[in-house]
Amino acid sequence: MSPRRKGERFSDAPLEGPLLEVHDVITHFKTARGLVRAVDGVSFSLERGKTLGIVGESGSGKSVLSKSIMGLLPKRNVVRGGSIKFEGREIGSATQKEMQHYWGTEMSMVFQDPMTALNPVMRVGKQITESLRYHLDVSRQYAQDTALTLLESVGIPEPQRRLREYSFQLSGGMRQRVMLAIALACGPKMLFADEPTTALDVTVQAQILDLLQAQQRDRFMAMILVTHDLGVVAGRADDIAVMYAGRIVEKAPARALFTQMRHPYTEALMKSIPKLALPSHTRLESIAGRPPDLVNPPRGCSFAPRCPYAQQRCRDEEPKLEPVGTEGHEFACFYPVGTPEGADALATNQAATNQAPTNHAAGAPTSGTI
Amino acid sequence: MAGSGTAHLRAPGDALLRAEHLVVEFPIGRTGLKVNAVSDVSIDIREGETLGLVGESGCGKSTTGKAIMQLPPPTSGSVVFDGSDLVKLHGEELRRVRTRIQMIFQDPISSLNPRRKVEDIIAEGMRIWKIGDEKSQQAKVDEVLDACGLDPAVARGRRPHQFSGGQCQRISIARALVTEPKLIICDEPVSALDVSVQAQILNLLEDMKARYGLTLVFIAHDLAVVKNVSDRVVVMYLGKVCEVGPPDQIYERPAHPYTSALLAAIPVADPSIKPSDRPALGGEIPSPVAPPSGCRFRTRCPRAQDVCAQQEPEIQEIAAGQYVACHFPLAPGETLPIGPRASSVSASSD
Amino acid sequence: MTLEGGVALSATFPDPSGAAAPAGLEVSPRKKLGFGGWFALVWLALVILCAVLGSILPGVSSFNTTFLDAASSKPLTHGHILGVDDNGHDTLSMLVVGARASLEVAFGAVAAGILLGGSLGLIAGYYKGVVDLLISTVFDVMLAVPALILALALVSFLRGDPQKTHWPAEVVLIIALGIVSTPVLGRITRASALTWSQREFVMAARAQGAKNFRIMWREVLPNVLPALFSIALLSVGIVIVAEGGLSLLGVGIPFDQKPSWGNMIALFGQSNLRDAPYLVFAPIICLFLTVLSLNLLGDVVRARFDVRESSV
Repeated sequence: MSPRRKGERFSDAPLEGPLLEVHDVITHFKTARGLVRAVDGVSFSLERGKTLGIVGESGSGKSVLSKSIMGLLPKRNVVRGGSIKFEGREIGSATQKEMQHYWGTEMSMVFQDPMTALNPVMRVGKQITESLRYHLDVSRQYAQDTALTLLESVGIPEPQRRLREYSFQLSGGMRQRVMLAIALACGPKMLFADEPTTALDVTVQAQILDLLQAQQRDRFMAMILVTHDLGVVAGRADDIAVMYAGRIVEKAPARALFTQMRHPYTEALMKSIPKLALPSHTRLESIAGRPPDLVNPPRGCSFAPRCPYAQQRCRDEEPKLEPVGTEGHEFACFYPVGTPEGADALATNQAATNQAPTNHAAGAPTSGTI
Repeated sequence: MAGSGTAHLRAPGDALLRAEHLVVEFPIGRTGLKVNAVSDVSIDIREGETLGLVGESGCGKSTTGKAIMQLPPPTSGSVVFDGSDLVKLHGEELRRVRTRIQMIFQDPISSLNPRRKVEDIIAEGMRIWKIGDEKSQQAKVDEVLDACGLDPAVARGRRPHQFSGGQCQRISIARALVTEPKLIICDEPVSALDVSVQAQILNLLEDMKARYGLTLVFIAHDLAVVKNVSDRVVVMYLGKVCEVGPPDQIYERPAHPYTSALLAAIPVADPSIKPSDRPALGGEIPSPVAPPSGCRFRTRCPRAQDVCAQQEPEIQEIAAGQYVACHFPLAPGETLPIGPRASSVSASSD
Repeated sequence: MTLEGGVALSATFPDPSGAAAPAGLEVSPRKKLGFGGWFALVWLALVILCAVLGSILPGVSSFNTTFLDAASSKPLTHGHILGVDDNGHDTLSMLVVGARASLEVAFGAVAAGILLGGSLGLIAGYYKGVVDLLISTVFDVMLAVPALILALALVSFLRGDPQKTHWPAEVVLIIALGIVSTPVLGRITRASALTWSQREFVMAARAQGAKNFRIMWREVLPNVLPALFSIALLSVGIVIVAEGGLSLLGVGIPFDQKPSWGNMIALFGQSNLRDAPYLVFAPIICLFLTVLSLNLLGDVVRARFDVRESSV
């Protein structure tokens, strides 16, 4: 269904090896307050046709990471580092102009808010055919036909009519479907979905997530699904990476992450979600405090100030993301959940807390963070 | 889905607030058309209870909450609070009653005036009504700030932009508490917050409810959140009530197809549950300008029959304490068929 | 990204959404004034000083002083830096003294416009509905008439019979130009009040039982003022020019009563443009620099008071 690509552009791409290799990527923003370490050393690789879920709270750097890989960040006041290899070719230092050859045809993106991502004064059809005509140099009629097929494939009723409509005439779910059609137009090998359903209602969210999954399977496309909701990636991602303060703190195959989570942050995140299965008025276990200031991150492990397991070592030394146990399971913690070390650390801390009363859970704004 | 009827209301004497046959309509310019935001919704709240209003955007849950506050007053219907009908009150009387019902809003940033200091924002209610002298006002401000987990000495003199979203929501809660209200309407108070912060705020609301003896109306789109805090849940769709009941019971055996679909659509943080094995709804919520005839849910309902288009179902008791407005409610244990998933959308969806 | 996100995010680094330049959202504790800002401040301070002190300043002669011996002399002769006009008035002195009339009219008119337009705009934006419709229609009608023609008509109406009038020319101008600037300032205020009134803190104030007036005064107005002030500063510049325009048309402040930059340009422009262009260009340059300074200052004001709600 995807249009024919021009062969020569792709002939030199090796078909073995991971599609995307990200090594020690750094994205820092220069601001008046100082250097903001939005993404601070992230490494992972993604195979063809696989889905990686990136989960994190706001400020964890998950959105900046995907924009860094796409090369969508402005040059000014941004410090980039590390290596990003797409099909074995380095794109980490590519200019926006060079990246234009990748956008659409090799990798594309679905954004959180389809209303702002779509051009309100351009017909939906034109927005789809434009990238087709630009990247693939096809005839007007061919582009038109492809757009129609695309709209059909993303489940839009009466596609013929919709092609001539504007984005404001569509409902939220329809807009996100159009966004997806645009993203898929040139048959990308990788799709970034940055909080694709956060702006949508639950029943529509389910539709869109299903659609994403179906399209990905049909096109053997790799996908990076960025979200704040562990539930969204649980049943849909092959691997899940949990980000905190600009770093991946735990990465594992989906099932392993949920059954043998090792990082205290992953555990805390899981516990703080209200669950339908629990009776009402169940006390939620919230994570005390707030994410660290990325200008002055704490020494050692960045989660240590909020971590119930934290020991002195966590405040002095920075744990590295290391593969342990199950194939593909990596985490960065000295006292992992579910290990004797972790249990000891937790017991030590609990004993200490019982002696001294706790202070405010959320605390007042500290001068450093505001 | 209809939802007309008052079978689910309890004896009038039991309720702190009883809103009957609320209708809220907004005219669209001079077109003669109107948005049917809330169409004949009745709810009641017992003292000390938390009533959860849940539904997707456009279901009228927020409008219902605001109609209770008379902001704006409903097009028709009555809101009896503590013995007086708010709809009939005007001017000073209405303004005075409002202090006993407070609101907490979704957007923590938008709900605080950026140009005022936290202490002024919180003390405003007391200043309007000249409650106490400056000293006692300040003491009260400190008390509620402290109760909401903010250090009064630090927070008092700052402006809202110096706080994070979660902290702003704490300030909003503190502001709502200062006039010692009986009822607080929480309009999506945690949906703009991060998961970990969300849990903090939900716990805080539960604590404040116990500490100040509050009654809460909790409006949210997230069924899991609503379930966690509520004693009674009202599921709404397109300006109508679908189902009313205790949260655990509704979750165990939803009787309304919409409730069932809503529950099934919630992403579960458990990889062993495949999303594709769960029933899903096709289509999207129809326009409230021209809602479907009969049951408003029928256009998306897999169980809809001809009668659903002609006749609006009345709310009826289906199990002890559980009420449903549906011609073909689900039997206990029955689920919706695994219906149209991503690939197709019903034509009525736009 | 959730809203909490927006907050925590921008609290720490520029919002990375889209191609938004981080520089634009940069957290700056206090924006530096820069050359433009400093220039504007210094020039305006100088002009206001001249306006307030006038002929008390050393080296400035009162308007009644004539230097007949040096009539119509060129600049830098006979001790007159900018020369003397046909009637023997020292040009520099006229500029200094004229600053007062010009600024009186400009600030007076804009103050009147703020008072009238600001309150009408606030009421329209806050109450919406019929009130808004009514006030907006009035504004629209006023804006439909060309400003200069409206000012002309108002001046002639207010002045009435020149024999019987009790109002000085400046007061007439202040009222007329104040009314002319009302719809402009009013519409800015209305637009701003409209958005701020929809914010949830306004509803929160209402929920606490605040009266409409209190809400307008305490919740809406403080948020509307920055926009109003920056436009008001621009309007001051426009009014100074307008006063000159009215002088050209012969309905400004009469030169023989009181010099202003406007009537200087009008008078000398007609009679002395060829033989003594410096007489015309001196007030024009003063006018130009003042308007420029006001514009620059307007930008600074807007940048300064622009509360970044979600960041810092």
